Amino acid sequence: MKPKHQRLVLALLALAGIAGAGILGASALRDEAAYFRTPAEVTAGKAETGEAMRLGGMVAAGSIARQADGVTIRFVATDGKASVPVEFTGIVPDLFAENSGMVADGRMRADGVFVADRILAKHDERYMPPQMGEMPKNMKLVPEE
Amino acid sequence: MRNRWILFVPLAIMALLFGAFVYRLVTPAETLIQSQWINKPMPLFDLPPATAGVEGLKSSQLADGRPRLVNVFASWCIPCRAEAAQLEALKRAGVPIDGIAIRDRPEDVAAFLNEFGNPFDRIGSDQQSSVQIALGSSGVPETFLIDGKGIIREQIQGVILAGDVPRIIAKLEAMK
Amino acid sequence: MIAELGLALLWMAAALACLSLVAGALFLRGGPKDLASLVRPASVAQGVLTAAAFGLLIALFVRSDMSVELVARNSHSLKPMLFKVAGAWGNHEGSMLLWLTILGLSGALVALFERRLREDTLVATLAAQAALSLGFFAFLLFSSNPFNRLPIAPPDGQGLNPLLQDPGLAFHPPTLYIGYVGLSVAFSFAVGALVTREIGPAFARAMRPWVLGSWIFLTLGITAGSYWAYYELGWGGWWFWDPVENVSLVPWLAGAALLHSVAVTATRNALRAWTVMLAVIGFSMSMVGTFIVRSGLLTSVHSFAVDPERGTFLLVLMAIYIGGALALFALRAGTVAEGKKFALLSREGSLVINNLLLTTILALVLLGTLYPIVAEAMGEKISVGPPYYNKVAGPLALILCLVMVAGPLLAWRRDDGKRLWSRLPPAVLAGALVLFGLVLFGGSVRILPLLGMTVAAVVAVASLAPLWGRNLRRTPLPTWGMVIAHFGVAVALAGMAAESAFIKERLVAAAPGETVKVDDFAVTFVGVRPIAGPNYTAIEGRLVATTGSGASFTLRPEARTFPGLMGGPPTETNEAALLTRPGGQLYAVLGQPVTSPDGTAERYQLRLWWKPLVWWIWLGGALIAIGAALSMLGRAQLLAMWRTHRSKKAQERFAP
Repeated sequence: MKPKHQRLVLALLALAGIAGAGILGASALRDEAAYFRTPAEVTAGKAETGEAMRLGGMVAAGSIARQADGVTIRFVATDGKASVPVEFTGIVPDLFAENSGMVADGRMRADGVFVADRILAKHDERYMPPQMGEMPKNMKLVPEE
Repeated sequence: MRNRWILFVPLAIMALLFGAFVYRLVTPAETLIQSQWINKPMPLFDLPPATAGVEGLKSSQLADGRPRLVNVFASWCIPCRAEAAQLEALKRAGVPIDGIAIRDRPEDVAAFLNEFGNPFDRIGSDQQSSVQIALGSSGVPETFLIDGKGIIREQIQGVILAGDVPRIIAKLEAMK
Repeated sequence: MIAELGLALLWMAAALACLSLVAGALFLRGGPKDLASLVRPASVAQGVLTAAAFGLLIALFVRSDMSVELVARNSHSLKPMLFKVAGAWGNHEGSMLLWLTILGLSGALVALFERRLREDTLVATLAAQAALSLGFFAFLLFSSNPFNRLPIAPPDGQGLNPLLQDPGLAFHPPTLYIGYVGLSVAFSFAVGALVTREIGPAFARAMRPWVLGSWIFLTLGITAGSYWAYYELGWGGWWFWDPVENVSLVPWLAGAALLHSVAVTATRNALRAWTVMLAVIGFSMSMVGTFIVRSGLLTSVHSFAVDPERGTFLLVLMAIYIGGALALFALRAGTVAEGKKFALLSREGSLVINNLLLTTILALVLLGTLYPIVAEAMGEKISVGPPYYNKVAGPLALILCLVMVAGPLLAWRRDDGKRLWSRLPPAVLAGALVLFGLVLFGGSVRILPLLGMTVAAVVAVASLAPLWGRNLRRTPLPTWGMVIAHFGVAVALAGMAAESAFIKERLVAAAPGETVKVDDFAVTFVGVRPIAGPNYTAIEGRLVATTGSGASFTLRPEARTFPGLMGGPPTETNEAALLTRPGGQLYAVLGQPVTSPDGTAERYQLRLWWKPLVWWIWLGGALIAIGAALSMLGRAQLLAMWRTHRSKKAQERFAP
C-alpha cells in the first residue's frame, strides 16, 4: 500500500471507530441511564415496574422497621407530597437515619414497593440552602460581648 | 490546506460543554422541596415545653388573630445561631414568634437561648421530628409565616437573612 | 502575623506571575532580549513564594490558630497532628492554594532544568504557565482568601468530618493534585510550541518526563483512592463510577494517550498536531474535572454546597484557558508541517489505535458523567450508573489490551504480519490455556470476566516478549518501564475479572457463636466488645475465620461512633476488617445490632465477602506506576545531566 492509502485507511478506521463509539454510547445510555424520581413522581405513576431508577427523598420518622431475618429493612421515603415504601437488604450506610435525606438505586416491584440495591445517605447536619452562599463572610462564630 | 475545519472541532465541542455548564450554573438543581401545606391550616400538634421556663406550643394557639412566625430550629444547628439576630430584629418590630426545637435536650435549648437571646413567645419540643415531618420541612432552620386564622402562607427554608426582615414584616402586616 | 505574611507572599507571587507573563509576551512580540532573561528567575521565585505561603498555612493549622477563619472552620485543637496538617488542604481555600503551589513549583522546575528547548519556546512555555497561575491567584485572592482573619477568635474550631479522618485520605488529594497540575506543564509546553511553531522531537522530549511524572501520580492517586473507597466505605466495591472517581479517571486516560503519542513524536517526529491537542486536552480535563465536582455542578455523594459566585469565576477562568488554547490550536495546527509517514502495521500504527481507543473511552466516560446535566436541561433527572460504564468501557478496554499485545512487538515505521505472528505463539497459548481452563472448570462465568481473564493471560505473557533474547542488564530503563507497566495492566485486569467472576457474598444476622460459610472459609462470630479510640467509641466484632486446611485467623471489624460536633448528631462509620490471603481477600463488615422479637438473644448484622485475587488490582496499579517511574528515570533531563557529569568526570580522571 502506498503511504497515501495508508493514511486514508487510518482516517476511515478512525471515522468508523468514532461512529461506532457514538452508537455504543448512545445505545448504552438509552438502556442503562436511570431516571431520578421523587416519591411524588412515583405515586403519580411515572415509574415503570422493573425499570432501573433512582429514588430520592427523606426517611420518614419512625418508619424504619427491621424484618425477622435481621438484614432486611423497610422504611418509607417521603418528599412531603407523597410516600413510597422501600425495602433494602444489606447494611445501611453510615449516614442513613430517620428524618435525613437518602438516595436509593433500585426498581419498583409490582406491589408498589421500591426494592433498593444500594442506598446512599446525605447528611443534613450541615444543611445549607443555596441562598446561604453569602453566609461565611458575615457569620459570627461567637456573640459579641 | 485541506480539512482546516476539523481543527475547530475540539473548540466547538468545548463550547457546547461549557454551554451546558453555564446552563447548570444559571439554573441550579432543585434542592428545595416546597411544603404542600402552603395555604392550608397548620397540622394539629401539641408539643411540651422545650425547656424550663417557657411555654409549650399547641397548634390551636396559632389561630389567635395575629399573623405570626413559627421558627423550626435546634441548638445543635450552626446556621440557626446566625439567624438569632434577625429573629431578634423581627421581635423588636412586634412580630410574634413561636419556636419548635427539633431533637433537642432541655439544657441545650436553655444554653442556646441564654447565648443567642430568646425571641420566642412559646417553644415546643419536637423530640421525634414528627411535627417537622408533618410540615414537610427538610432541615433546620425553617420558618413558616402564618396568618391570623392559623393558615400557612409562606415557608422560608434556611436562614432568614438580614435583607429578608423588612419583607417579612410587610407581608405579616398585610395579613392583618 | 503568620496569616498576614502568608497573604503578602501570595500577592508577591501573583505580581511575579504577572511579570513573567508580561515580560514573556513582550519578548515574543519582538521586545528587547533582556526581557527573556527575566522570565526564568521570576518563575522560580513565584514557585518558591507560593510554596512558602502554603507552608505558612500549614503552620497556622499546626498551631491551631483559631483567629484564622479557615482554621476555625476546619480544624480542632484536639485533632491528631496528622489531621491538623491535612486539614490545611482538606477544604476549598486550602486545596486551591495547594493547586497554585504545585502550579508554581512545576513552573520553577521547568525554568531551572529545561535546557533542550529553544529560548523563545521556553519563554512562551513559562509565560503560559504564569498565565495559568495568574488566573488562579486572582481566584484565590479575590474570592477565597485562605488567610482571612475572624474579628473575634472562637475558643475552638469546628473540626473535620470524621469520615475524612483517615490517613489515606490525608494524602490522597495532594497526590491527585500533583498529577492534575503536572499536566499543566504539558499544556504550557503545547501552548508555547504553538506560539513559536516549534513542534517536533525537542518539544516532545521536553514534555515527556512531565507527562510520565504526572501520570505516575494520577495512577497512584487513583489506585490509592480505589483502595480507600474499598476499605473505608464498607461497600466492598473497588470502583463505583461515581462522578468524583470519573473525573480523576478522565485525565488519567488523557495522560495515558498522551504519553504514548508523545513517544511517537519524540522518536519518530510524527503525530505532532495530535500530541499537541492531547496535551491541551489533558490539563483541560483536569481543570474541568476538579472544578465541576468542586463547584457542585454534578451531584455526587462527595460534592460540596454550590456557591454560584465561585463557580462562575472558575468557569470563566477555564473557558479562557481551554478556549484560548484550543483556538490557538485551531489557528496554528494547520500550519504544522506534516509529520513522518508510517505504515498501518507498525509501532506508530498500533499507538494510533491505542490513542483512538483511549480517547474513545475518555469521551464515553465523560459523556456518561456529564449526560445528567444535559438531560436536566431537557427536563429529565437522570443518573448514569455502573451498568452504562461497564457496557461501554469494558469491551473497548479489552480491545485496547489486545492492541497492547501487538504494539510493543512491532517495529517502528513498518513491519510485516508474519514477523508479528512468529512472536505471538507463547502468549496465544497462555490465553488458550486460561480460556479452556475456565470453560471446563470455572463453572458459569459471564462473558466479560471470562474474556478479561483470557486477555490478561495473553497480555501478561506478551508484555514480557520485548525482553526475550535480550541482555537484561543492557536493556534500557524505558523498555523495562514499558514491560513492567504493561505487565501491571495484565495483573490489574486479572484481578478485576477474577473478582467479578468468582466473588462470594454472605449477608446474615448472626448471634455470638454462630458460624457462617463463605467459599472455603468457616467464619465464627465470637462476639462483640465496646472499645474507645482517640475521638470515637466503637463496637468491635470478633470473627474467627478457618480455612479448609485448618488455619485460623481473627478479624476485628468495627462500627465506630463519633460524637457530634458542637453538640450535633453523632456520626457512625463502619471499619471493615480484611484478611489478605494469597488467593484473595476476606472482607468483613459489622452492621447494626438486631434484637430478636422476644428480646432475648441479640444478633449482629454481618456482611462477608470472599474476593478472589482482588488485591491484584492495586498491585497492578502499583506496577503500572513503577513502570512509568522507570521510564521517566530513563528519560529525565536530570538523570541525563548527571550521566554526562559523571562521564565527564570519568574522562577527566583518565585524562593524562
